[in-house]
Amino acid sequence: MTNLLLFPIIIPFFFAMILLFFKEQVVIQRVLTLIGLALSLVASCWLVATVKTEGIQTVTLGSWPAPFGITMVSDMFSALLVTTTILLTFFVVWYSFKSIGVERERFFYYPAILFMITGINGAFTTGDIFNMFVFFEVLLIASYLLIVLGGEKRQLRESIKYVLVNVISSALFVITVAYLYSVVGTLNMADISVKIAEINQPGIISVIAILFLIVFGIKGAIFPLYFWLPGSYAAPPIPVLTLFGALLTKVGVYAITRTYTLFFVHDIGFTHQFLLVLSLLTIVAGCIGALAYFDLKQIIIYNIIIAVGVILFGVAQMNTSGLEGAVYYLIHDMLIKAALFVLIGIIIYVTGTSNLREMGGLIKTHASLGWFYLIAAFGLAGIPPLSGFIGKLLIVKGGFEADNAFGSIVILASSLVVLLSVIRIFIYAFWGEPGTRTLPETNKQTYRQLMVPAVLLVLVTVVYGVGAEWLMPFMTDASNVLQEPSIYINSVLKE
Amino acid sequence: MKTNDVILQTTTKVVFFIIFLFSIHIFFAGHYTPGGGFVGGLLTTGAIVLLLLAFDLKTVQLALPFNFTVVTAIGLLLALGTAAGAIVFDVPFFTHAFDYFELPLFGKTSLHTAMLFDSGVYLVVVGSAITIIQSIGGDD
Repeated sequence: MTNLLLFPIIIPFFFAMILLFFKEQVVIQRVLTLIGLALSLVASCWLVATVKTEGIQTVTLGSWPAPFGITMVSDMFSALLVTTTILLTFFVVWYSFKSIGVERERFFYYPAILFMITGINGAFTTGDIFNMFVFFEVLLIASYLLIVLGGEKRQLRESIKYVLVNVISSALFVITVAYLYSVVGTLNMADISVKIAEINQPGIISVIAILFLIVFGIKGAIFPLYFWLPGSYAAPPIPVLTLFGALLTKVGVYAITRTYTLFFVHDIGFTHQFLLVLSLLTIVAGCIGALAYFDLKQIIIYNIIIAVGVILFGVAQMNTSGLEGAVYYLIHDMLIKAALFVLIGIIIYVTGTSNLREMGGLIKTHASLGWFYLIAAFGLAGIPPLSGFIGKLLIVKGGFEADNAFGSIVILASSLVVLLSVIRIFIYAFWGEPGTRTLPETNKQTYRQLMVPAVLLVLVTVVYGVGAEWLMPFMTDASNVLQEPSIYINSVLKE
Repeated sequence: MKTNDVILQTTTKVVFFIIFLFSIHIFFAGHYTPGGGFVGGLLTTGAIVLLLLAFDLKTVQLALPFNFTVVTAIGLLLALGTAAGAIVFDVPFFTHAFDYFELPLFGKTSLHTAMLFDSGVYLVVVGSAITIIQSIGGDD
């Protein structure tokens, strides 16, 4: 199958088109969306197996030879990210059946999710820098619809900020690609890597590297470009927030990882040192935010920012442990953020508020919710044998190996802050006496139907942590490509 | 006071077809000369907008009884279907095919599957542009 690696992109796209025909029939939309995501999941698992046995898969669209057509490249890193994306979208779509409301479902909610998945998977798979821009726009335009869908006052205000920031960063992206094109004269990522190695990264390329860091840093919310994120992400309803928090910033992180391991590897003393300092500042800023709020959503949203910093610290090390840890932690973070957001969505549904001070005593009435939240919280903080442990361990080890002991200590300290911030939710919401407010009337059946996908997501993260031994070969394959750009280049250009 | 725009409406009835034919011409000429699906679609939209200016929204919807969201979806399906035809023949996605045919009226003509992709683009452009104009203009 020549086109196997395109299936996780084409199938959601196809189902999104089909859904446009059934605007009013909500049940058909739900069923078709789940079928589409299940088919994509099968295709992406098959892709992971193929990449594992046969190495990197490439296809150059339109049968053109490699640097002249658009190449789509699926190495282990992108194949794993694509699989994770589809897996957690499946659960979030399931979760939104009961939580998003029919009014939104009737107005292109599911097509927007599928178009966004198309864009995300495309951005993970593409091997062409301008094509990556196009896929960024695909996912961003779908996310504009998702953030404003419903038309509440707060959503309208925050969507203006969100659109404005992303339009500016997209314009910067085009300008940066134009600079890069004027220097190296090619857009194919493997070919760019070859050309930059030939001219040995002069000053202008380092400038372009920093410009790319700014562009993807706005998307991926690094310090000091994360300013738009806490407000914008708190506006849409929980399932949309879950998709955004778990997927959108990670595309920016992926793009930084890809460009900083494939293109800009000849002046590490400058570019990667810059990335390292910014990632540590990102962690600090995220920690301050995570401790400052008594609002469930804001606490988890600032935890996204901390995780972005931790992953990029791993990338900045440029050694085996650091990169392996970054790959492992990136996928862990996508899963655990999705699990945490759907769980706090249920807490908000049960208590009718997102203010921690007004909650209390939930463990007496909702014990399973409490314990699963605790498992997810421990997983986020990185308590062995849960999923956050190995990734962070490898990143910290990479930091010590690269003589960045200070950074590693910051990461270890940040774990304590993360643990404190999420345990505070547990203590305030689940312990003690019921809060002063009376709980709103909730439907037991709705609660159960919300719990099923949430519990399954938590179980996936547990398996991901416990099965680390079994998953490690995949992670090693992924980080090998990041560490050895020549593997990537040879499989694309087939010299 | 009711304005009498008989001159505008009569002119529109003639000019609409000229613009529409020009948009079709631009669309088919795209492979060898400037033009193609995007401009062709915008020109068709322009012709329909002229109708909207001369008459009102209801009349135009009566004359063109399409759901333009569905037009967009059909256009997308056409574009994806053309590109996905490659999957059936197990060649890289988006591989196009072309050949020369003896057609009764045109003589020797080259037909290219890129044309089908372009008509998908055309339908998407017309569908989404008219949807935008209808949903802004139709808001009472």
